[in-house]
Amino acid sequence: MILSVRDLKVSFRTHDGPVRAIDGVSFDLEESEILGVVGESGSGKTVSLLAVMGLITDPNATIEGSIRYKGRELVGLPPRELRRLRGNEIAMIFQDPMTALTPVYTIGWQIAEQIRVHRGVSKAKAMERVEELLAEVNFPNPHEAMSRYPHQLSGGMRQRAVIAMALSCDPALLVADEPTTALDVTVQAGILDLVRRLRAKHRSAVVLITHDMGVVSELADRVMVMYAGRVVERGTRTELFSDPRHPYTSALLGSIPPLTGQKPRRLPAIPGSPPSLLRLPQGCAFGPRCPVRYGPCEAGKPGLGKDAHAAACFRVAQA
Amino acid sequence: MLYAILRRFGQMLFVMFGISVIVFLIFFATPGADPAARIAGRNASPEVLAAVRHSFGFDQPLYVQYTRMMEKIFVTGDLTSFVNRGWKVVPAVMDSIPVTLSLVFGAAVLWVVVSIIIGIVAAATRDSWLDKLLMALGLLGISMPVYWLGEVMNLITQSRHHDKWVFSWVPPLGYKNFSDDPKGWFLTLVIPWITLAILYIGIYGRVLRAAIIESMQEDYIRTARAKGLSETRILFRHALRTSLIAFVTLFGLDFGALVGGSALLTEVVFGLHGIGKLTYDALQNLDLPMIMATVMYASMFVVVANAVVDFVYILLDPRLRTS
Repeated sequence: MILSVRDLKVSFRTHDGPVRAIDGVSFDLEESEILGVVGESGSGKTVSLLAVMGLITDPNATIEGSIRYKGRELVGLPPRELRRLRGNEIAMIFQDPMTALTPVYTIGWQIAEQIRVHRGVSKAKAMERVEELLAEVNFPNPHEAMSRYPHQLSGGMRQRAVIAMALSCDPALLVADEPTTALDVTVQAGILDLVRRLRAKHRSAVVLITHDMGVVSELADRVMVMYAGRVVERGTRTELFSDPRHPYTSALLGSIPPLTGQKPRRLPAIPGSPPSLLRLPQGCAFGPRCPVRYGPCEAGKPGLGKDAHAAACFRVAQA
Repeated sequence: MLYAILRRFGQMLFVMFGISVIVFLIFFATPGADPAARIAGRNASPEVLAAVRHSFGFDQPLYVQYTRMMEKIFVTGDLTSFVNRGWKVVPAVMDSIPVTLSLVFGAAVLWVVVSIIIGIVAAATRDSWLDKLLMALGLLGISMPVYWLGEVMNLITQSRHHDKWVFSWVPPLGYKNFSDDPKGWFLTLVIPWITLAILYIGIYGRVLRAAIIESMQEDYIRTARAKGLSETRILFRHALRTSLIAFVTLFGLDFGALVGGSALLTEVVFGLHGIGKLTYDALQNLDLPMIMATVMYASMFVVVANAVVDFVYILLDPRLRTS
């Protein structure tokens, strides 16, 4: 077990009162497994993984629950210890490669910086490693690319550089926060392919945050669907795509345009919009948008249960 | 590179030409500025006035007068003051330059070093009592006018507390040449340096703090944290470098202006005969040759300072380097 998160709760103090961004999220991750985390904006997918990284720096945030990395508790770990893991054993790829690199240093320097901080090797040694890494993420001319500044590279190339940086210390866990969202479709395919190959080579476990069901169906071994700070369904990719149990998951899948057959006139959309975390509805948070809601939905919050393929829905429990 | 330098030089000539023409025209359009009347003295008869006008060439067309003046500044260097015919303006400017440069350079070193420290400390301890204290002190520094602060400094160090050991080293006001007496040069300038620097420390400290705090919100700072870098390294290596760009802009403008004569108030308060004082006196006397010479010098310095700022920009920000 690489990562084991139990009952994670993250809340922020705001002017309008406390906001619980993450409300009791639990999940496990095995070695070299890819977990897809899906949900709309504001569903808490990024915040929960930032909490795992120890990157929630907002002084108004409180984090409760347990995050165990290789059996070691990360919640409450001193910043010094956490820094030793970050970038070294746990690495992260961010959504927007255009702004994720410091504009005033070459990408070679920036990747080497991470290697030198964690491995304590000489600059020359680090640079050799950078060249290997850049070759590994398919830079056509790695040696030359090292001396390039971020603004001299395209978005796809920058994302490759960010991935090379994340992989520089052979992390056991890689968190990818919407790594393809800001990129062109053709570039996306290349990046996804890269993640797949690298997983195979480095045996890193990957948490892939996305709102793109297509990306999930390509890469993920298991999937976790989030809504309003809670996990509403989890299961293997096959289970989730062939047998979605939560009405929200079904609705998400229903809104993907089919690749073959007749195109529908209009794609079905989920009515309404995600609730404000400040004013969550009574009972099930998805209730007001749910096509199959009934009595119990307003009375209480449905639990996820213990099964490997589970959905937090009273209808499922009933069936 | 060479092309860029030449282009800069061309721009400088153009700017100086424009400024000199404007100064020249404004002077002759100023009521009561007629130099012949001033030279001929009060109650001069029209004949005397005409004679003066003729012998000084004031009856020539303006463009001829302008060309002559430029020639006398830049080529022969023997332009004399209207007020005192024996006083050559170019050497007068040259003599004042070291005074002003000594004052401004020393103060600049002081304010850059101190304000960078203050800006970093305040940004790193953001919203703490230390940050609030530093920012309050900065505001105080900005709010104290130099002519007041300088007089208070003089009052304390020259008279009230001069007999106490803390200030007994302060020499009388004035300027000593560095080459004649380096120690005297340093000692006479310490209090003026501090006085001039206090205002800028306040401004620059606050500007740098704001710039660092803004940089710390950037995505690449999150990346740096994800890399496992220490907060100190993130601050110095990743946030500070980008924050210095605003700082450098401000510095170039202020430094150019000060060397060009804006340190006037400090110069007057501390009895330093620098460019500011020279310009001020020339304006008081409506002494066109001296005004022209000091303005030419000042505009040259402002343009050079801007060129240096542009160069430092390129060093700081690779995005500005064109391949």
